[in-house]
Amino acid sequence: MPRVALFVPCYVDYLAPQVGLATGELLEAYGCEVDFPEAQACCGQPMANLGCHADARPLALRFAKVFDAARYDHVVAPSGSCVAMVRHHYRELARGPREREALGEIGCRTSELCEFLVDVLGVETIEGRYPHRVGLHHGCHGLRSLGLGGPSERAPSPLDKVARLLETIDGLELIELERRDECCGFGGSFAVSEEAVSLRMGRDRLADHARGGAEVIASTDVSCSLHLASVARGAGNATRLLHVAELMNEARKARATG
Amino acid sequence: MSHPERAREFARDPERVAWHDRAVWSVRTRRDAAAAGVPDWEALRETAARIRAHTLSRLPDYLEQLEDRASLVGATVHWAADAVEHNEIVHGILADHGVTRVVKSKSMLTEECELNPYLETNGIEVVDTDLGERIVQLRDEPPSHIVMPAIHLRREEVGELFHQHLDAPAGLSEPEPLVEIARAHLRAQFLEAQAGITGVNFAVAESGGLVVVTNEGNADLGTALPPLHIACMGVEKVIPRTRDLGVFLRLLARSATGQPISSYTSHFHGPRPGGALHLVLVDNGRSRLLRRESLRSSLACIRCGACLNTCPVYRRSGGHSYETPVAGPIGSVLAAARDIEAHASLPSACTLCGSCAAVCPVKIELPNMLRTLRVDAVAAGAIEPGMRWAARLGSQLLRRPRVLALAVGLGRRWLPRLARRWLGDAAGAGDREFPELAGRSFREQWRARDAEQ
Repeated sequence: MPRVALFVPCYVDYLAPQVGLATGELLEAYGCEVDFPEAQACCGQPMANLGCHADARPLALRFAKVFDAARYDHVVAPSGSCVAMVRHHYRELARGPREREALGEIGCRTSELCEFLVDVLGVETIEGRYPHRVGLHHGCHGLRSLGLGGPSERAPSPLDKVARLLETIDGLELIELERRDECCGFGGSFAVSEEAVSLRMGRDRLADHARGGAEVIASTDVSCSLHLASVARGAGNATRLLHVAELMNEARKARATG
Repeated sequence: MSHPERAREFARDPERVAWHDRAVWSVRTRRDAAAAGVPDWEALRETAARIRAHTLSRLPDYLEQLEDRASLVGATVHWAADAVEHNEIVHGILADHGVTRVVKSKSMLTEECELNPYLETNGIEVVDTDLGERIVQLRDEPPSHIVMPAIHLRREEVGELFHQHLDAPAGLSEPEPLVEIARAHLRAQFLEAQAGITGVNFAVAESGGLVVVTNEGNADLGTALPPLHIACMGVEKVIPRTRDLGVFLRLLARSATGQPISSYTSHFHGPRPGGALHLVLVDNGRSRLLRRESLRSSLACIRCGACLNTCPVYRRSGGHSYETPVAGPIGSVLAAARDIEAHASLPSACTLCGSCAAVCPVKIELPNMLRTLRVDAVAAGAIEPGMRWAARLGSQLLRRPRVLALAVGLGRRWLPRLARRWLGDAAGAGDREFPELAGRSFREQWRARDAEQ
């Protein structure tokens, strides 16, 4: 049984705890021994993306220590962008070879939930039921940095791991989007500093899903869904926004009980 | 003004934003179709990236070879360290030939060096002959896109412009009559010109040949009619071999406009009989960029504009919001690398979505470069103070999970209000409604679950 440490990004912990719970339950349902090390903290992405490397570094070092290789085979998070931070950008923060090694090592053991299910556990179908029209919103970092999906820029487009999982759920219909992987406009501090563009991007994304007839928008990143939800609420739009972990876990339970 | 300020101005006309976004996106979709039509498109990109990386690793050698071969076929080669030298050299050549009227085909380098105003103050009339360039020249504004300089304008606005400047009847907005008027106007300029200035898309080191790509044939007309041709290029435009063109030309037009190949690909090997060809090689900061490993491959850019077309920020803020000769992701990198203090907001005019790197025909890692330049901005003290403090405070608070839990507990009441005030002011009341803190955090709930089991 793989020993999995659950990494719940700081904002998910306080703003969307249900996503962390769904992730933990899913991993257990697929045979993992799941632990949530309470000493975990933010991965450092917000500071690193601002260019404040000195402020991000202590968080990265702490992350590598908390999710020690001696205790955990894998670190799994319901967030493409936090995982992309750990996997691709931690080494930039290192000072000296020892830090570089530690920060490089943790990157190799850290996975986003869907890629962990598909690539590590070999999950091919989600035994579940979810009779709704679903719009899939890929977080950009998961999509393009982690290769969770097939970005529309690539020719030919590679396999979409998330869509493949969702499509195996009974009754679930993935809607067609005009722009299947345009950014939602969150971008961390971008949502604050470039408010006009951020807001517009959010509205455009919601409109695309609405045109496609989505009852639910499922995202691979909570930050995207929180941003889209805040834009939707501001516009009186009641579309349901979920993380894919919530959706898959809900579907799984519906099958189990129904 | 900073990028967010200019972007906010652009956003004041939501219809224009929608229309600009759609117009530019349609070029991205044409690019997708063209890319999908080439077997091994990704391998072609990889090959191009490697040729570029190789060339940049031996740039001085290839440039000297280019100088040798271009001289051998009869071109006069000049070296300019910066924009000022470039402008002086071009002016010197024109003055030597007694030229007072010049036609110019599209060249981002001459935009970068601000050649037009320099020549005009020296009594030389310059007419841009690319239709889009001519339109923005008549409006006395910079291009907003490197391939489609007037993409920010509606047809009606072009009709009005032609009515004011080119004696066109009022109220024209259909493309055909507008193009006819432009053609007649430009033909007259070509016939009267005493010299033609062009950019260079590729300069082939082994042959000394220059390649200029246009859709309107204006580089051909501009160099075939007057006896003097001045070609201006940044030093990064050199490629080693003629056969490398087979890689880059296949990528360029497909990435730029979705065409399999541009309408005109003009090859120049020395001057035409009885004429003169001058080649001006310009550094203007490129050697400095070459020395920075993390930014070096930005010199691989072939100016196709695909990163602009795919950029969700560019499409919704317009090219002028960047206030640089080259807009969009690559423009942000080039400008901020040149002067981070003057362009501090550009590396942050980006959500790091990564689409630009994925469309780039030479695989420039633009998002990583923008991240690097954000670090530069912090080091230069050019980041907004609020953001700087948020990062400091965030780092202290977020690395202490117990303190954070306590702070969230205590702050449950005022934290959302504070967040709303800080973020809400920026957003404008009612545009966004921020998420509420959950009743119980994940860690509390997980702990409770563990206790039950």
